[in-house]
Amino acid sequence: MRHWVFGAALVAALGVVPLVTSSEFWLTFFLMALLFALLGQSWNVLGGYGGQFSFGHALFFGLGAYATGILQVRHGVPAWPAAIAAIAIAAAVGAALGALVFRYRLRGSYFALVTLAFAEVARILVASFDYTGSGFGILIALAPGAGNFQFADRRVFYWLAWALVCLGCLVALWLERSRFGARLIAIRENEAAAQALGIDPLRTKTLALALSGAIAGVAGVLYMQIFLFADSHIAFGPTMSVEALLAPIIGGLGTAFGPLLGAILLHALGELARHATGGAPGLNLVLYGVLLIVMLRFLPDGITGLARRRARG
Amino acid sequence: MSLLLPSIINGLTTGAIYALVALGLTLIYGVLHIINFAHGSLLMLALYAAFFAKTLLGLDPYAALPVLLLGFFALGYALQRWVIDWASHGRDQNILLVTLGLALVIDNLALFFWTSTTRTIDVPYAFEVVDLGVALVPLPRAIAFVGALVLAALLWALVGWTDLGKAIRAVAREKEGARLVGIRVEHIYAMSFGIGTACVAAAACLLLPTFYVTPQVGYAFVLVAFTTVVLGGMGSFLGALVGGLLLGVVEALCGLFLGESLGQIGIFALFILVLLLRPTGLFGARLA
Repeated sequence: MRHWVFGAALVAALGVVPLVTSSEFWLTFFLMALLFALLGQSWNVLGGYGGQFSFGHALFFGLGAYATGILQVRHGVPAWPAAIAAIAIAAAVGAALGALVFRYRLRGSYFALVTLAFAEVARILVASFDYTGSGFGILIALAPGAGNFQFADRRVFYWLAWALVCLGCLVALWLERSRFGARLIAIRENEAAAQALGIDPLRTKTLALALSGAIAGVAGVLYMQIFLFADSHIAFGPTMSVEALLAPIIGGLGTAFGPLLGAILLHALGELARHATGGAPGLNLVLYGVLLIVMLRFLPDGITGLARRRARG
Repeated sequence: MSLLLPSIINGLTTGAIYALVALGLTLIYGVLHIINFAHGSLLMLALYAAFFAKTLLGLDPYAALPVLLLGFFALGYALQRWVIDWASHGRDQNILLVTLGLALVIDNLALFFWTSTTRTIDVPYAFEVVDLGVALVPLPRAIAFVGALVLAALLWALVGWTDLGKAIRAVAREKEGARLVGIRVEHIYAMSFGIGTACVAAAACLLLPTFYVTPQVGYAFVLVAFTTVVLGGMGSFLGALVGGLLLGVVEALCGLFLGESLGQIGIFALFILVLLLRPTGLFGARLA
């Protein structure tokens, strides 16, 4: 119960950040943390609650970003319908992928590998055709206005991201309380036993992947609208897949607020590394790797797990 | 037709290197039952080691091979014993994540220290060729092909015919049973990881005379190695060997017909198909 209160306090504190500071640096810092918290929550739905470790979540993030961009740039679809369509596409691909790979009973290392392979195929395909911007990426023309889903005031994006993260946390809390979530967790704990109790693993895991894909799609759309640019390497690259899984694992797998906590911590660490070294490339990822290994050794249940252990003890 | 045969032979020589990398991966998978995501990073590290052996010490990659073999065996042993085992509490999913963490650390440290500059070495025999009648094969590629086959045979003999190999097979099949008959399971885990890592060192030495090294080079190889291992059947040596050669040819042919950038799609398409339709691979046998 206490960690629930702590989580709610964290979310509330983040909500007032733009009122406390007008610094562009801090606003961008927390905005990015929120964006990756959303992506982390997407991974958490499938990996944390469902126990299916995806190593290719960039696929859904990239689909969200690219679909919204391409619909606007190539087909003249207005920004908001394009965004909704992009999220639907990410969810549909999640459902199709789930129906395919779970039907063939891929799990564990095999599931990790097949998701990685799909993300890589998407990355190479996207970089190969002019329609998808080939090597240049997708660039949306700058046209600030609420109707264009572009806000000159960064705080609007901030609150939007914050609201979406809240929604993500609510989805996770719903998973902890709903029948669907109970089925998903049962499959994570013991798939054979869950099946014996009458749970349909294929259906449950596929729905979880669709839900997870939709949330990652939202993060992708938001990224695209904030930066108005994405290329195949940013959107579909392995770094994005790694970012997606780090936040929930560091923060606490299968907890509602773990991804948010993890994302803030990781980005604080990354920012510190950048300042300490004067912007040397890759050093933040070195720290992430070390943190991941050390966390698995000392806090295998993430930071939230520590809080829970304290609360119990 | 005139392009086809050289393309296939070229693919076979690349495939032999894939096979060597995949042999290490399949050994580690067969024993630990886990995908080693750091495998490609270790290959990249070995390529740098061979590169610096040549540029700083003037040591030819072929001469450096025995040294690197031992060095990387020790590195792999230490990583498994004192990092992976230490951090993962023996939980499968954690092992997966620890190797991912290692890959992040190794790749990005390399990027930090050595920058993303592409580096190559000059060797006097780089442009010598072997005439096979139907095609000319660069000498270093022919050496790599033969070297990979010899090392694969040695590895197969090691696992099949020695006491260490027997212990490795015992742990692969039933680790608790192996522990009960007095096999030190942690030691065998580390030995397997060490031998698997030595395989990438060998691959690196055979590869460097005709290849280049950047901090990202491991990533491309590790995906191919995963594909090879899955294609051949996780834990199967023969499968890794045949799978590696096959993939080399597939890549060369896709590259010939589809162009460089789409050539890789062939590998992934094959990978996904095999995972879905025959996850046990072509030679889906356990290591035992």
